[in-house]
Amino acid sequence: MKKADRIGFVMMILLSVVFLFPIAIVVMNSFKTKFSIMGSPFALPNSKNFAGLDNYITGITTAGIGGAIVRSVFITVMSVAALVLFCSMTAWYLMRDRTAAGRIIYRLFLFSMIVPFQMVMYTMTYVASGLRLNNPVGIIVLYLGFGSGLSVFMLAGFVKSIPRELEEAAEIDGCSPVQIFFRIVFPILKPTAVTVAILNAMWIWNDYLLPYLILGNRYKTLPVAIQISMQGAYGSINWGGFMAMLVLAILPIIIFYLFSQKYIIEGVIAGAVKG
Amino acid sequence: MGNRKLNAVTMKSKLQGYFPLFVLPTLAAFTISFLIPFAMGIYLSFCKFTTVKNARWTGLENYRRIFSDSNFINALWFTVKFTIVSVITVNILAFLLALVLTRGLRGTNVFRTIFFMPNLIGGIVLGYIWSLIINGVLGFFGTDITYKAEYGFWGLVILTNWQLIGYMMVIYIAGLQNIPRDITEAAEIDGASKRQIIGRITIPMVMPSVTICTFLTLTNSFKLFDQNLALTAGAPGRETAMLALDIYNTFYGRPGWQGAGQAKAVIFFLIAAAIAFIQLRITEGKEEV
Repeated sequence: MKKADRIGFVMMILLSVVFLFPIAIVVMNSFKTKFSIMGSPFALPNSKNFAGLDNYITGITTAGIGGAIVRSVFITVMSVAALVLFCSMTAWYLMRDRTAAGRIIYRLFLFSMIVPFQMVMYTMTYVASGLRLNNPVGIIVLYLGFGSGLSVFMLAGFVKSIPRELEEAAEIDGCSPVQIFFRIVFPILKPTAVTVAILNAMWIWNDYLLPYLILGNRYKTLPVAIQISMQGAYGSINWGGFMAMLVLAILPIIIFYLFSQKYIIEGVIAGAVKG
Repeated sequence: MGNRKLNAVTMKSKLQGYFPLFVLPTLAAFTISFLIPFAMGIYLSFCKFTTVKNARWTGLENYRRIFSDSNFINALWFTVKFTIVSVITVNILAFLLALVLTRGLRGTNVFRTIFFMPNLIGGIVLGYIWSLIINGVLGFFGTDITYKAEYGFWGLVILTNWQLIGYMMVIYIAGLQNIPRDITEAAEIDGASKRQIIGRITIPMVMPSVTICTFLTLTNSFKLFDQNLALTAGAPGRETAMLALDIYNTFYGRPGWQGAGQAKAVIFFLIAAAIAFIQLRITEGKEEV
């Protein structure tokens, strides 16, 4: 028994090394000069090929990574805020006012969850440019619309479990529906709202195709900037700057994860079980 | 009782005036980004067009075209093979890890944190991380990932395993921890072996988690796009392009094939819907028992 556990422990350590290895290699190469990466990615940096922070400086200045990071943060934060606020309101309303129209709307939200993005990507791009949503503010509307299916579904599942007596008591005390929602329902919804926020933040921060089609080269988000700098280079890519870009794309998520991993893991489990 | 009912009724009628505030913003965004594009997409799959405005009805012509398109057939098979291999490998490895990490080993939380981490990294970045590693290894043999379709296939399998094992492991751990201790203890007292306990108690009791993880891996692998684009972009030729990438290439890389691209997207949607429907039936059936 003890021996089996010791073997298990050693195995887990070896596996951890295997899991961290790819990230470590990218970090290591981000400190090497650009010509010493592709041929020998596993070679350790030495006095000859050590590049210091040069790659980070070129990555930020030439590839427009700084702007891409700011844009990605803005789009992610605003879209997640819009999704949490509007979808909570919608989920509560649809669960409390069970009319035929409301049921149909709810069913449509559920239906959208099974539709892959490729099904609507061409026509959505067309509608979005027709309505001039092809800018960093307009794309928030698209994220609200495309993310609303899962968000409304998860929040509605929680609303069903809230006893109505609370809301009825507040109503007798003269609260309007707006006051009832913001003073009573929304605070109770908080745990599910956190889950919804985490799932949507992970999706939007990492999303490539939607911002590529809608914003393209004009307003690059982080994943788009990475893909474009690779695709457009045709073999003449600056590998040093590219490694630095990858590190800059991973670092914020990992730091965020290490500080809030309990919520992230719980949120992902909750999302998986319900979705 | 009657009073409460009355309250509910007045609240309901009061609520109705608030539809524009509570539902309309979400519904408007949903209509713009999903409902209208979805309806247009279905319609356009029966049309020939180069822009949405010059669409002309051609019936089933697009569908006939795509099933004689070798790129599409190849992508379909590649996706099916890749999905089957990924579902099996990811779930077996994730389940084994979960078994080890529910034994109360030292450092369990640290291991869990590490194994889950790749799941947070976006598909494009994942693809480039692994293209560096795989090309670095293949470089020792004087070749690279775009040389042979098998390299790309196994590259994608390794990448997907690295990304999803930790995620599925976390769900299996939750499932394993839900098994009441007394059941396994009782079996131990009755003289059941370790293997018997795992086979007769643990596995049957984590079946709900197995269903969830199987379908999560299934849909994730089936819809894979970013990783595919960044790791191989379909190379060599179009041999390692999966369905989502083939649809993208058809829309944006083959002039005059937009209608065929939309028809492929409809087929893609129908398969995804069928998978979701089967999952729903299985989980609903389980809950009734």
